[in-house]
Amino acid sequence: MANPFSLEGKTVLITGAASGIGRATAKECANMGATLVLFDLNEAGLASVKADIGDESIVTMALNLTDYDALCNAVEQLPKLDGVFSNAGIVLSLMAKFSKKEDMEKIFNVNTFSHINLIQQLISQKKLNKGASIVFTSSMSGVYAGLVGGSLYGSTKGAIVGYSKALAIELAPRGIRVNTIHPGMIETPLTKNTALSQDVLDEDAKNYPLGRYGKPEEVAYAVVYLLSDATVWMTGSQLLLDGGYSVK
Amino acid sequence: MDIKDFVANFADQFDDTDPEMITAGTAFHDLEEWSSLIALSVLNMVNKQYGYNMTFDEMKPCVTVEDLFNFVASKVK
Repeated sequence: MANPFSLEGKTVLITGAASGIGRATAKECANMGATLVLFDLNEAGLASVKADIGDESIVTMALNLTDYDALCNAVEQLPKLDGVFSNAGIVLSLMAKFSKKEDMEKIFNVNTFSHINLIQQLISQKKLNKGASIVFTSSMSGVYAGLVGGSLYGSTKGAIVGYSKALAIELAPRGIRVNTIHPGMIETPLTKNTALSQDVLDEDAKNYPLGRYGKPEEVAYAVVYLLSDATVWMTGSQLLLDGGYSVK
Repeated sequence: MDIKDFVANFADQFDDTDPEMITAGTAFHDLEEWSSLIALSVLNMVNKQYGYNMTFDEMKPCVTVEDLFNFVASKVK
C-alpha cells in the first residue's frame, strides 16, 4: 500500500526557504520524495540549503516577493505545482503606541500581501494542479494568543487566516486544499533577530507547558503532513503547534 | 543628541511615574514602574527617535538614563 504521507511525485514550492522553518521544511519535503522549487531573498542561503539537501535538481530563485513584477516573472518560470508552502515572513517587535503607517506597510507587505500576490499569480497563471495543497505560515500570535510588541505581527498572521478561509472555498471545486499552520516561538534566525535577549527568551520558554520553544523541523513535519495525501479531506483548517502555550 | 531631550523621551515611556523624578542620573531599573513592557517601549523609542535598533542585551549594562544616552549617542554619531 502506498504511504499516504509520502511526497513522491509531487512538485512543491517553498517561500522563505533559506532559513528557519522554510529551510527545515525543504529538507523534510526532500526526504519524503518531493521535487522542490525554493524562493528566498537570500541567494547564498538558497545555495546553502540546496547543497545541504544534496539534490542538484532543486530549482532555486532569489527574489524579493514584495516586488510584484519580479514575483509575476518568477511564477511564469514555475512548473505545475502539487504543493505550495507560502512561508516567507519577518518579525517586528513594536509596541502599539509606536506602530505607524510605515511599519504596517513594511510588515504587511511581506507577511500578508506578498502571500496573496503569490497565490493570485499561481491561480491566474494556472500553475496549481488539481488536488494541490497550499499551506500558509500563520502564527500562534495574533490568532491564539497576544504577545507584547506583536500587535502588527499578529495582525498580519490573523489576516492570512481570513484570506485562507475564502481561498479554501474558492479552490475546493478543483480539490485544492488550503490550510494554515500556527507555530508558537520556534528557535530560528527570526527569533534570534528580535530585540529580546537570550535571558528573556529562556525565561519566556518556561511559559510553554512542554518546557521549551519549538524546533524548525517540528513545524516542518506538520507541513509535510498537510502537503501529503494524508490530508486530502482537510481544508480551511488551522494547525496549532505551540508546545501547549495557548492551553494555559 | 541632546541629553535633556533624551531624558524627556525616556520619561515619556512611563504612565504613573512623575517625569520630574527621572533625571540623567536616575538608576532606571530601580524605578517602581520599570518593567519589561517599559523596557521594550524604551527600545522602540530609541529606534524611532534616534534610528538605532537597540537590544535588551545592550540595555542591560546601562545603570542610569545617562548611561543609556551615552550608549545610544555612541551608536548614532
